[in-house]
Amino acid sequence: MIIIDPIAKQVLLNDAIGAFPDECCGFLFGKEDSYGNRSITQVQVVVNAKKGDKRRRFAIAPLDYIRAEQFADEQQLQLLGIYHSHPNHPAIPSEHDRVAAQPFFSYVIVSVIDGKPHTLRSWRLNDQSQFEEENEVGSLRSEV
Amino acid sequence: MATVIIPTPLRKFTNNTAKLEIQADTIEKTVSELTHNFPDLKKHLLDEKGQIRSFVNIFVGNDDIRNLQQEKTHVKPDTIISIVPAIAGGSR
Repeated sequence: MIIIDPIAKQVLLNDAIGAFPDECCGFLFGKEDSYGNRSITQVQVVVNAKKGDKRRRFAIAPLDYIRAEQFADEQQLQLLGIYHSHPNHPAIPSEHDRVAAQPFFSYVIVSVIDGKPHTLRSWRLNDQSQFEEENEVGSLRSEV
Repeated sequence: MATVIIPTPLRKFTNNTAKLEIQADTIEKTVSELTHNFPDLKKHLLDEKGQIRSFVNIFVGNDDIRNLQQEKTHVKPDTIISIVPAIAGGSR
């Protein structure tokens, strides 16, 4: 289960709207309890460092990643995942997303249709390196 | 000893340890020591030829070892080494 703080969620939705028609991306910070339930309390927006077509691709610069790990350490939070947007595309991970995905991380995807956020869903790799959807208490699969 | 910062996604392979002290004088030896101590890390760091995977970045301070001497990059006792997974994706 994953819960995203409403203010943190608004930050990533605003990023998705502002970046449209390009993909946006950023980090998810929070805590995981002993049952594996995740609570996202902070979102950090980063530049989409992809060289080339940002309308269907994103990349995060390694130095931004290093800073995110440092931030989590300093704030005594966990770096729990990554968010990105799918402009005019469903909030379902692509094969490209799957191949590049890391274990453990939650991958929140926001579908943005014609500049407006449509659906937000969260995914995580299972032990067979396939994405499984995470349940969120709240409105994860509903329209946002 | 150099300090190696393990990225969050790989900490389950290092007994949830975030920082490890490794006695080695090159990146190559550091990685070798790491994978010896934590064998489950190996497939995440190295390919079938024993080379560092293309989607794994290793930084010495703020410098990518690809811009230094690659695996032969020298490591000092006060060196901070970061293992950085490539984070990327896209809709299609």
